[in-house]
Amino acid sequence: MIGNFLDQFWSLTFGGLSLGFIYILIALGYTMVYGVLRMINFANSEVFMIATFATVIIIRDVYNFTQTSEYATGFKLWLILGTALLASMAVAGILSVLIELIAYRRLRRMNSGVLAPLISAIGVSMVLAETMRILTDSRPVASPRAMEKKFIGKFFDADIRLDNTIIIVAAIILLTLLLAFVNRTRLGKAIRAVSMNPNASKLMGINIDGVVSITFLVGGLMTGAAGFFYVLKYENSSFSIGFELGIAAFTAAILGGIGNIKGAFYGGLSLGLLETYASFFLGTQWKAVTVFTILVVVLYTKPNGLFGEALTQTRA
Amino acid sequence: MINLRDKGAEIWEKANRPQRVAIAIGWIALAVSLPFLGGTILNTPIADYQSVLVYPIAMFVLMAIGLNIVIGKSGLLDLGYVAFFAIGAYTMGLLGTRTGLNTWEILPIGIAMAMFSGIILGVPALKLRGDYLAIITLGFGEIVRIVALNLGALGRSGGIIGIPTPPPIFGVEYAFDSHRVYYWTLLVIILLAIWMVRRLSVRRAGRAWESIRQDEDAAELMGVPTFKYKVWAFVLGASVGGAAGVFYASKTLFIAPDNFTLQISILILACVVFGGMGNIWGVIAGAVILGYLPDRIRFLSDARLLVFGLVLVIMMNLRPDGLLPRKKREKALPNKENP
Repeated sequence: MIGNFLDQFWSLTFGGLSLGFIYILIALGYTMVYGVLRMINFANSEVFMIATFATVIIIRDVYNFTQTSEYATGFKLWLILGTALLASMAVAGILSVLIELIAYRRLRRMNSGVLAPLISAIGVSMVLAETMRILTDSRPVASPRAMEKKFIGKFFDADIRLDNTIIIVAAIILLTLLLAFVNRTRLGKAIRAVSMNPNASKLMGINIDGVVSITFLVGGLMTGAAGFFYVLKYENSSFSIGFELGIAAFTAAILGGIGNIKGAFYGGLSLGLLETYASFFLGTQWKAVTVFTILVVVLYTKPNGLFGEALTQTRA
Repeated sequence: MINLRDKGAEIWEKANRPQRVAIAIGWIALAVSLPFLGGTILNTPIADYQSVLVYPIAMFVLMAIGLNIVIGKSGLLDLGYVAFFAIGAYTMGLLGTRTGLNTWEILPIGIAMAMFSGIILGVPALKLRGDYLAIITLGFGEIVRIVALNLGALGRSGGIIGIPTPPPIFGVEYAFDSHRVYYWTLLVIILLAIWMVRRLSVRRAGRAWESIRQDEDAAELMGVPTFKYKVWAFVLGASVGGAAGVFYASKTLFIAPDNFTLQISILILACVVFGGMGNIWGVIAGAVILGYLPDRIRFLSDARLLVFGLVLVIMMNLRPDGLLPRKKREKALPNKENP
């Protein structure tokens, strides 16, 4: 067992890393919103699910790929991947903003406490997942393969697969852009200000509703990118993946310390790796249990996350 | 907005003892006679009317009463309520098929198992803040289902078949298709649960829950042992869920992990929210309406969960107190956590 594990260590690690980056991007959807509103955006998991379908639709219906068609190459390949990525991000971003408008904004105005937005969010997730279930006849949807999954190199014994490489590189670019946006721009400054103290920011003339919308938009964009990467890696989607991946990504956010971007990064990577190693030993059917166990242990022992800064207790 | 709850309370408070007894008997008589009203406008086009009365309606009512102790009374959001239901059902399934015990003997064991798991989950989880608690309980519900799905002793995805029906009591047989006998038995369990909740609400435990729901820090400062009462609320909620589970397994004769998905937790949550968190009559009305309508209206039965999701969003935004809100004096102070 251990020998096998060492043999496969690097290929598991690469798989785990690319899964980790998918988690990071979804976790950002939770963590950005949490940072500003101190609220768990439960519906983010279903935003991710919808984004995977957007990717499938672009590849299958817009570019007319089927299970038997030839792989795209060169410029055409990058065009297809680019449109699919942008489309998923756009769909997820807009959906996220709409969810905030419809399901959360009114509750925020009413000061309705912690539970009401959460229940409303669960309702939204239910509506989105069920709509997709009815539209897809409760069946998983396979995505045609547009890109050949060739090996582009070796690292020790492990083959480096093209799709994993694309995911890791693209995710790093997106994260860099996000960090630049939050740390360098005026809007990013506004987001940080609201996250620190909403009342003072309001007095300073920051449009809180606008900032909240932008936060949901950015979180949605990141989650949408995760949807695209997921389809690229696993080549299928289903109405039920939102729940599965959503809980894992939420665990990642908690693990790293919810509310800050770095936390999502470390948490996502650790969880992606941990989960991949754990399913090697225990079998994939216990994957969800591993994730929940990690979640419970972290919340119980270190509720601020392993790498996170302490969240202020007063403004919650 | 009109508040039927306050109207009802007014009538109740003005009534003297014989009148109150008459009102109570009237409602109970209506509930008892429901199985005979199948030929009327109440009839359900898809499923058999009398079986709809047992599941979902009566089962939902019982579970909603249990969940209401946790969510409505003490303000703890439990998204894994189905776990207790599953534990009760699997206790019945295992003991019923492997040992000679009958349903009535297993019922207390199932309740005890559910309460015990309530303690195991509650003691670590209840130290957390509200929204984290929700996620943890959700995880617990899924873990129970996944364990049932993967353990050979619990029959994996095939579940447990051939669970015995309850033995006859007072000469009444529990035949597989005599739904109304099951319905009446459930009605007795429901009445017991209502009685328990109502007695507790006016005593020390009820006041402690109320204070925890409104302001946990203040309650703690006033000397309420909040943690102890939160665990109590959790365990009592679990006991009702466990009882429902035992009876469910004994009624359907067959259980599988698919019967215990997160959706059930959400459905029960929707019943509680729709009816009015904290008010037992509202919760019952919510469970009856949401259990019944999808079977009455053909269009709704396909999109049941979709409608339940919509109910959650709409109720939270437009009428967060539900159909029949709790008494005015019990209403929460504005939440201090969100300025």
